[in-house]
Amino acid sequence: MSNSSLKELARTIRAHTLCMVHKSRASHVGTCLSMADLLAVLYGQILRVDPARPHWPDRDRFILSKGHGAAIVYAVLAERGFFPASWLETYCEDDSKLGGHITHADVPGVEASTGSLGHGLSIGCGIALAAKHDDKDYRVFVMLSDGELDEGSAWEAILFAPHHGLDNLIAIVDYNKIQSFGSVRDVLELEPLADKWRAFGWAVLEIDGHDYEQIIDALSNVPMEEGRPTVVIAHTVKGKGVSFMEDQLAWHYKSPDDEQLARALIELGESN
Amino acid sequence: MCEVAEKNERVWLLSGDLGYSVLERFAEKFPQRFLNVGVAEQNMIGIAAGLAMSGHIVFTYSIANFPVMRCLEQIRNDVCLHNLNVKIVAVGGGLAYGPAGYTHHALEDLAVMRAMPGMTVVAPGDPVEARLATRAIADHPGPCYLRLGKAGEPLVHTVEPKFRIGEAIVMRSGEDVILISTGGMLERAIRAAELLSDRGISAGVLSMHTVKPLDEKAIHGAALRTRLICVVEEHGETGGLSDAVARTLSEHNATCAFAALNIPVEENGKIGSQSYLVERAGLTAESISERIARALKQQ
Repeated sequence: MSNSSLKELARTIRAHTLCMVHKSRASHVGTCLSMADLLAVLYGQILRVDPARPHWPDRDRFILSKGHGAAIVYAVLAERGFFPASWLETYCEDDSKLGGHITHADVPGVEASTGSLGHGLSIGCGIALAAKHDDKDYRVFVMLSDGELDEGSAWEAILFAPHHGLDNLIAIVDYNKIQSFGSVRDVLELEPLADKWRAFGWAVLEIDGHDYEQIIDALSNVPMEEGRPTVVIAHTVKGKGVSFMEDQLAWHYKSPDDEQLARALIELGESN
Repeated sequence: MCEVAEKNERVWLLSGDLGYSVLERFAEKFPQRFLNVGVAEQNMIGIAAGLAMSGHIVFTYSIANFPVMRCLEQIRNDVCLHNLNVKIVAVGGGLAYGPAGYTHHALEDLAVMRAMPGMTVVAPGDPVEARLATRAIADHPGPCYLRLGKAGEPLVHTVEPKFRIGEAIVMRSGEDVILISTGGMLERAIRAAELLSDRGISAGVLSMHTVKPLDEKAIHGAALRTRLICVVEEHGETGGLSDAVARTLSEHNATCAFAALNIPVEENGKIGSQSYLVERAGLTAESISERIARALKQQ
């Protein structure tokens, strides 16, 4: 996919997400928007997946460990044709398949349900281990939040993966610097984050998580080092793409009203 | 366990850095399918879930509460919600690690595991049942919990019984009382029944090795044949086999009397050998028979 197509995909899934959280009055729009560009590159170019065969044994796996960022993952899966885009309108509604935290049951393309933080990387370790054991060449991508790295269980997995040489495992940290109840710096400082991962034995790359060349370059060249898992620490902006949502804690919780939705969609360049 | 792994090459064993002098044989025989994940139970369950999502059957192993409670949310979300082939094995059920202290007493595990959706809960009564249960859960689809004692429990079964998950084993029949036992209580339950017989009280014993799904048919059959049903379990008073049996008896308007002999909460934190703690809790064969005789007299 060309860079402009990838950017168009990101724009579309941002717009879907805004509409979904607006209609459902749901939270977590900011956390969705911060990883939009990463998801567009992953699903537009990097992941070896086949929407017609969601259970294809050799597919790359993507685990959303920050399960509250579900809306935009559903959006990108719908755009890739895993299920009809009409499903997105049911997000969080009664009897919907699409829950507010990523839900795998009956949703093609979702590998695992998460929602409690600190679970996804361990699951990713298990899948990566299985690939090694079964002599398969699929990769496992796990998207983590920064706040999630407060969880001790995350560090159990971070310790485990290099010890077992899981170079088919790629962690991506959506480092938007704002967690649930404050800035990462104020709540529980993660810095020096890259050094911490490096000290645990990971191949580490820091990128601008909104710069397409950097994202493509990083995710196209994994593993960075043979025998080591890769972590891409993506510096992002919470709420990216909608000026009044950017870098605002409030948009971890709020959903846009009619007027805010209209303004946000205009900013994204949506015609209606 | 080695036999199970021999038979099925999808079977793995993960340990949370425990199993010295127990797991070595497996580790040597199947190095590609054995993993000591370190002292990290949450990660162990997540890894087990990931392996199981990829088609493997994964046993996780640790002692007492560690493989259950430390990683309970991982069991609930990663294993049960995804209905995965993860088999959680805890050694040291009940008071087996008595002198080690309260942290190592597994007294709420049956309650907690019963509450997990889709979880099969098995607590074999002796080493024969433990062997049969290990085979059975490997073949049983979905999440399972296997509560073991420590090595060295007395053999109760002299011949191999028919073992099916969810089907109680009739150890002996009786008309005055039927004891329903789970886990390592079995030997004491049978001796208690023998002591009752000596006193002219007809006492039967059911080995309820599967706590969930519960063999309700066996329980209701017993309820029709006896004056008293008495559940004996080395477990706290809340949420274990006795609550499960009481519920089904009540739902079916059973007319027999019901008694539950468990570890009273007042006993929490006491230190000593398993036999000492069991005696304190009134769960020796002698105490059980005495308490049952008293209960029958009061009827």
